[in-house]
Amino acid sequence: MESRHKPHPEQLHYATVLHWSTLAGFIVLIATFVVYMFGWLPANIPLQQLPQLWGLSASEFLRVTGMQTGWSWLFMMGKGDSASQLGIAMLSGCSIACILAVMPDYAKSRNFTYLMICTLEVAVLVVSASGFFTAH
Amino acid sequence: MAKPNSGHHPNLRYVLLLFWLVSLALFCSAAPAEAASAIPVVDPDAWWIWPLALFVVCFFLGIIAVPAGVGGGVLFVPIVGGFFPFHLDFVRGAGLLVAMASALAAGPSLLKNGMANLRLAMPLALAASISSIAGAKLGLALPDNIVQTSLGVTILGITVLMVSAKKSEFPHVPQPDSWSAALGIHGIFHDGISGKDISWQVHRTPAGLVLFLVIGFLGGLFGVGAGWANVPGLNLLMGVPLKVAAGTSSMILSMASSSATWYYLDNGAILPIIAVPSVIGMMIGARIGAHLLTILKASVIRNMVIAILLFAGVRTLLKGLGIWT
Repeated sequence: MESRHKPHPEQLHYATVLHWSTLAGFIVLIATFVVYMFGWLPANIPLQQLPQLWGLSASEFLRVTGMQTGWSWLFMMGKGDSASQLGIAMLSGCSIACILAVMPDYAKSRNFTYLMICTLEVAVLVVSASGFFTAH
Repeated sequence: MAKPNSGHHPNLRYVLLLFWLVSLALFCSAAPAEAASAIPVVDPDAWWIWPLALFVVCFFLGIIAVPAGVGGGVLFVPIVGGFFPFHLDFVRGAGLLVAMASALAAGPSLLKNGMANLRLAMPLALAASISSIAGAKLGLALPDNIVQTSLGVTILGITVLMVSAKKSEFPHVPQPDSWSAALGIHGIFHDGISGKDISWQVHRTPAGLVLFLVIGFLGGLFGVGAGWANVPGLNLLMGVPLKVAAGTSSMILSMASSSATWYYLDNGAILPIIAVPSVIGMMIGARIGAHLLTILKASVIRNMVIAILLFAGVRTLLKGLGIWT
């Protein structure tokens, strides 16, 4: 017997946005990784050199390779390894997109408590994504 | 009565056999390079062996993670950190991505069928998101041996938790606390086994918020995800029915891992060559694992996972202490 009780509308809205944003993220993740692995775009660090570098800590890796922190990869989309970060960033941003999508639902139903919680969660995720905590 | 998916089994066996053979071949070819030195000297033309081996291992981890009822991250970090040549920073970054990607993929159906509850997830995810950034920041700042040793202790603690933790299918919550009442955290879910709609409410919300601050911190610090702690926290502490606890845990994980993943990504601690094959392998394995739920005995798989965690935890601890490097 199917349940007659449906989840809250904002929950269904969240699910729909989550489905499409995750699907887009996975497609980009796999497509850019294939491009990277097959060498269809040049890489910042040649694949053959990585086995000598992936045993270093993240900070040593950045120092040795001269790679930048933060969003610098976004401005190097012509490089295979930078391009393959795009799918990772898209998946990491799915929750932001979903929460932003349901905020109008909470506003419409005058549920200001959850509107506040959503605002705080988006703020935490956006500040984390901005690299603020890396710099401070 | 015929099993509905019995027609897939022969194909599945061939796929599993093929992956098993490939993984054996990969480890045989990769092992001498690993044994030679702390930083392996790999034939420059054979760099692809490691991401392929990672894909195969994660495929198998994905298969056993679902029937064992654990997220992929808790298996991924100690096993890959203990037996692959990657630095623990990159393993933890990839572990967070694996945990987050699995949770994101499962999210839509869990939300639509009421097995996850957004109103329950949001406040707890907010607490866990904040603390997971603190955990990630500390994890990347601490010396390797300290992180490795603490990870080993944590994995062994998780193993004990898995062995000893009780579960309550439908916990009795006589009265919702004032916080959960104010936030409107309650729901009804359809139990497919009994065919009944079951209403639920929660209590001890403030204690739950504090607990999720701690869980988020550990998740960010070690990159292990947090399903192992989320589910008992929701189920035993807050009184959420087991199935809703498992589904909502996934939603909390997707948000909390996201904030820590951004921190790792911003700090160059996510290498696509490590993270992406892991995610893809785990996702494919998890799909097969979900099918195997109907034909495998969950308790056997669970005991196997406990044994793997115990071994990986000891290995991680000894590696951190410099005894087994």
